[in-house]
Amino acid sequence: MTPCTGKEGLAFFGCDPWWLILGKGVVIFAFLLLSVLMCVWAERRVIGRMQLRPGPNRAGPFGLLQPLADGIKGALKEDIVPRKVDKFIFFLAPVLAATPALISFAIIPLGPVVSIAGHKTPLQLTDLPVAVLLVLAMSSVGVYGVVLAGWASRSPYALLGGLRSSAQVISYEIAMGLSFVAVFLYAGSLSTSQIVSAQAGGGTASFFGLFTFDTPSWNAIVLFPSFVIYVFTMMGESNRIPFDLPEGEGELVAGYHTEYSSLKFLMFYLAEYINMVTLSALATTLFLGGWRAPAPISTVWPGANSGWWPLLWFLGKLVLFIFFFIWLRGSLPRVRYDQLMKLGWKVLMPVSLGWILLVATLRALRNNGADTSAYLVVAGAVVLALLAGSFVWDAIKGPPPSAADEPEPERPAEPEPAGAFPVPPLDAPHYHGSHHGKEVPSGLH
Amino acid sequence: MGLEEKLPSGFLLSTVEQVAGWARRSSVWPATFGLACCAIEMMATGDPRHDFSRWGMERASGSPRQADLMIVAGRVSQKMGPVLRQIYDQMAEPKWVIAMGVCASSGGMFNNYAIVQGVDHIVPVDIYLPGCPPRPEMLLDAILKLHDKIQNTKMGAHRRKEIEELERAKLRALPLLGQSDVPRIEPPRVTQS
Ligand code: SF4
Repeated sequence: MTPCTGKEGLAFFGCDPWWLILGKGVVIFAFLLLSVLMCVWAERRVIGRMQLRPGPNRAGPFGLLQPLADGIKGALKEDIVPRKVDKFIFFLAPVLAATPALISFAIIPLGPVVSIAGHKTPLQLTDLPVAVLLVLAMSSVGVYGVVLAGWASRSPYALLGGLRSSAQVISYEIAMGLSFVAVFLYAGSLSTSQIVSAQAGGGTASFFGLFTFDTPSWNAIVLFPSFVIYVFTMMGESNRIPFDLPEGEGELVAGYHTEYSSLKFLMFYLAEYINMVTLSALATTLFLGGWRAPAPISTVWPGANSGWWPLLWFLGKLVLFIFFFIWLRGSLPRVRYDQLMKLGWKVLMPVSLGWILLVATLRALRNNGADTSAYLVVAGAVVLALLAGSFVWDAIKGPPPSAADEPEPERPAEPEPAGAFPVPPLDAPHYHGSHHGKEVPSGLH
Repeated sequence: MGLEEKLPSGFLLSTVEQVAGWARRSSVWPATFGLACCAIEMMATGDPRHDFSRWGMERASGSPRQADLMIVAGRVSQKMGPVLRQIYDQMAEPKWVIAMGVCASSGGMFNNYAIVQGVDHIVPVDIYLPGCPPRPEMLLDAILKLHDKIQNTKMGAHRRKEIEELERAKLRALPLLGQSDVPRIEPPRVTQS
């Protein structure tokens, strides 16, 4: 008889004996640290292979000890605290960056209920009615670490890096929160374990009563636009290529951690990679069915979703996602800052708002017992008709006027070419300063 | 961190020396710093054919605070001297310097007023790498020799003893040819303690 007997749903969490909760916490902590080591190794090796070179392979077998060597070396280096920095905040910032990153993982469901030493317990440290909001909150607290690091360093590079990073993370967080809304609407809950169980099996839909078919259960397919938006915002949140502007070496030396060395720098490094793992785990949970076995396996093998096996599926999906992160880093260039902001505010946010409206409408209709498939077909027909209409309109209107048809903009008279060389106009229109409060026009000097 | 320097001499310190040496050797992050033509060869050392990432060196560090190795790749003009020294000062201990190419090592063919005649006028150099420019293979060789040096660096009490011994050996060195009439400095008697 354990205190958990007979409890259901969210009440099932947190009633384990204290040693079990402590054990889970320690295991998750160790898992995160280990996964950081593996991520660093995998990243450098995979990018190496993508660039046709071997990558680190001298420290340990296959270079597996490379991240460990980096860590030990980093810890043994001199810890420089520049004379003018704000000492307390300078020290606080890396702690603020690393701690929230570690906390977020507590609500990720790693598997179903298993029995550990006679206790039936879910493979998840804890769950809350607002679990996904906790992740968002923690990533917002993590931004403080970055901003304060930039502020306390008293260095222009660090300050600019910190500001850039906070602007970026805050704007992408809004779009990220919006991309979750559709998932919440479908699952009817914010708790991660219930979102996973909501993805257990798709419903069935009928095609005008002719035949019925199973709809897919993963949110990544059902709510594809949300998934795409999440993947974009995930890149923005984690400050990695193609959105790694806060650390752009070409402009900002090393961004907000320019002045950090030794252990404090390692904390930032750690936070970055743990964030990457957490974001991937969250993507797995919210969009890829969590720990549930992918379709062909669960269809032929009913036992795939019970016991300890789900841990394997979860890790598999997690690794795939992390590989995706690394792949992007190996293939994409860095975007410009205004492009980044434009994408966040002018594309991702309006698109997700519109998408939420659509999803909410569909949900409301279905909750009222309407046959949504008919609506879907009608909506599809309307979209097709609009497309066809625009096609016909284009055909009637003829080709758009090309640039050659436009009248030439007026140019200042070309000066006579001096000798044989064509020279550019010496006084092209540009700002010549102001005189008596008026701008001096071109051609007076 | 500095704790490791305070360990008592003996078995513990030599073990720490070994581990620290291995870690430092396996993860030498170069500062991104190139001065002239030699820098092109330095970049070529990171290409697929030569690839210094095998020793974990592809993680070039933008900020000197996190860098371990400064490869002075090219000639140092008089104006660049203070800048170079500042970057060196900003790097955290332990740090190493490779003078790459004849220009950085001795001024090379630029025997004039504009070029620092060897970067060792400004920063202490660990490895001099000849060549104009040295091929990537030569830079790799220099890096491997540096690894050897890093692995065998002593720490704390051992290091102090090593310095003392080196000092004594210097004092005891015989005068060079043609200087034999210079009176020889007798080293002070040192008793083993
Ligand atoms: S050694 Fe030769 S290649 Fe290197 S910087 Fe000097 S001139 Fe250029």
